[in-house]
Amino acid sequence: MPLTDALRDDILAAVPSLRAFAISLSGNGDRADDLVQETLLRALANIDSFQPGSNLPAWLFTILRNLFRSDYRKRRREVEDAEGNYAKTLKTQPSQGAHLEFEEFRAALDKLPQDQREALILVGASGFSYEDAATICGCAVGTIKSRVNRARSKLAALLYVDGAEDFGPDETVRAVIGGNG
Amino acid sequence: MKDAKSQAKNAPPGRQGGLNAEIQARIGHQLRAMYDDVVRQGVPDRFTDLIRKLDAPTAAHQIEDEGESGPSEGGANNQEDGRD
Repeated sequence: MPLTDALRDDILAAVPSLRAFAISLSGNGDRADDLVQETLLRALANIDSFQPGSNLPAWLFTILRNLFRSDYRKRRREVEDAEGNYAKTLKTQPSQGAHLEFEEFRAALDKLPQDQREALILVGASGFSYEDAATICGCAVGTIKSRVNRARSKLAALLYVDGAEDFGPDETVRAVIGGNG
Repeated sequence: MKDAKSQAKNAPPGRQGGLNAEIQARIGHQLRAMYDDVVRQGVPDRFTDLIRKLDAPTAAHQIEDEGESGPSEGGANNQEDGRD
């Protein structure tokens, strides 16, 4: 469909959640905004292929996810950037204790396989239905459900179960000590 | 935190249904808090400007063209300097 004022407004309205999704995927605020920009350019260039009345956010998320995937294959994740840059994108710095908890959560999320992480974010944070998430990820609804379940189980294990026996030495302690384990 | 840990330990491993509901609520809460922190930042100017520019390609062309030539009605202007 042609780019109407209403459609343009709807696209802009989706930008905040597109950024949140991009940051969750990439762990890097600057790269996330580049990803959102590429998504908008791609969307506007292909606006004719958008079906009026269909789910615009889902369409935009699909574009962003595909861009991230192809980009990811090329240059991999810049892991060392993840935490610092993410924290910088926040307007209000969390208090000390909350900040630590936040970083632990972020670090645990980063340990999930990408398939699981994106499924969990789409369903658990973006608020998409399992069906929409399946469309965005190009897989079956059942696949999304099992990815979300596995993601939740793994996060619970990483965050709330003592890792010593099941998951090797405690990563946080190792990071604090600064060993090169 | 300690309570949550020991409760999770008692849950049957590998079973989603066995995961402590409180832990799942915390995970959901953390996930949304992280996400909503970004959502609350709204739309940065960068993107508003981008959409506006792309939205009006003809207007953009007009602006570019305008700089080059002024009104061309007279062509050679009246050069009535009256040099004496």
